[in-house]
Amino acid sequence: MKKNDLETQFAALKTKVETLTKESAENKLSMIVFSGDMDKVLAALIIASGAVAMGMDVVMFFTFWGTPILRDKAKKVGGKDLMGTMFGAMLPKGACNLKLSKMNMGGMGTAMMKSLMKKKNVASVEEMLAVAGELGVQIYVCEMSMDLMGFKREEMIAYPNMEFCGVAKFLEEAKSSKIQLFI
Amino acid sequence: MSEEIKVDKVMDLKGLPCPMPIVKVSKGIKEIEVGQVIEAQTTDPGALTDFPAWARTSGNEILKTDQDGKVITFFIKRNA
Repeated sequence: MKKNDLETQFAALKTKVETLTKESAENKLSMIVFSGDMDKVLAALIIASGAVAMGMDVVMFFTFWGTPILRDKAKKVGGKDLMGTMFGAMLPKGACNLKLSKMNMGGMGTAMMKSLMKKKNVASVEEMLAVAGELGVQIYVCEMSMDLMGFKREEMIAYPNMEFCGVAKFLEEAKSSKIQLFI
Repeated sequence: MSEEIKVDKVMDLKGLPCPMPIVKVSKGIKEIEVGQVIEAQTTDPGALTDFPAWARTSGNEILKTDQDGKVITFFIKRNA
């Protein structure tokens, strides 16, 4: 084989390896938090913080019923239209306001679960959100859900790594992640 | 051959349920040097499978596991 042929083959291989490296999954977990149920959100946050402990980067996308979890109960914003005001009043105002997906029983089940969690030292959704923030979990919020439900950026919690995005950002992150979850 | 393990840092994780034991130990291990050892005490029974899984994934080593009643103690060497 001639030296020129070898060089051509080597260059082709090099390009291929570079492409493969670029396309191979990173040590990252991408998660969609679609649910606004207390139990499911808690599971999502436990997996997220566990993944950071395992050395992974974690990206969480809050969309639809997951969006109001990130509202700050202490913040009030005006200037909403009728639908926005209604949605604002009917949806949970923040992480401490969520209900169980099962056995809610008009709030009684959720209250019982919360007191049991306290007794057993299990962290609440609010506390787990704070842990996630400390650990550097990146949160993206679906801009379309925000707009649909009439939420404003000013009424969201002061989370350290929070940005607003659309579906393309999630897909970009999910494509380069080893694990993708939908909760 | 039993030799005493030299412990550089002790972490009391008793009473903490999942996921806090591994969240805290993964932070704690960054505060010691490579080659040093953490003694982590936990009461979470899930830790018996969780700690080895965490160690394998993060590239650290569990030198010894002790169980005394409800308290499980791991001796973890920082390798990574």
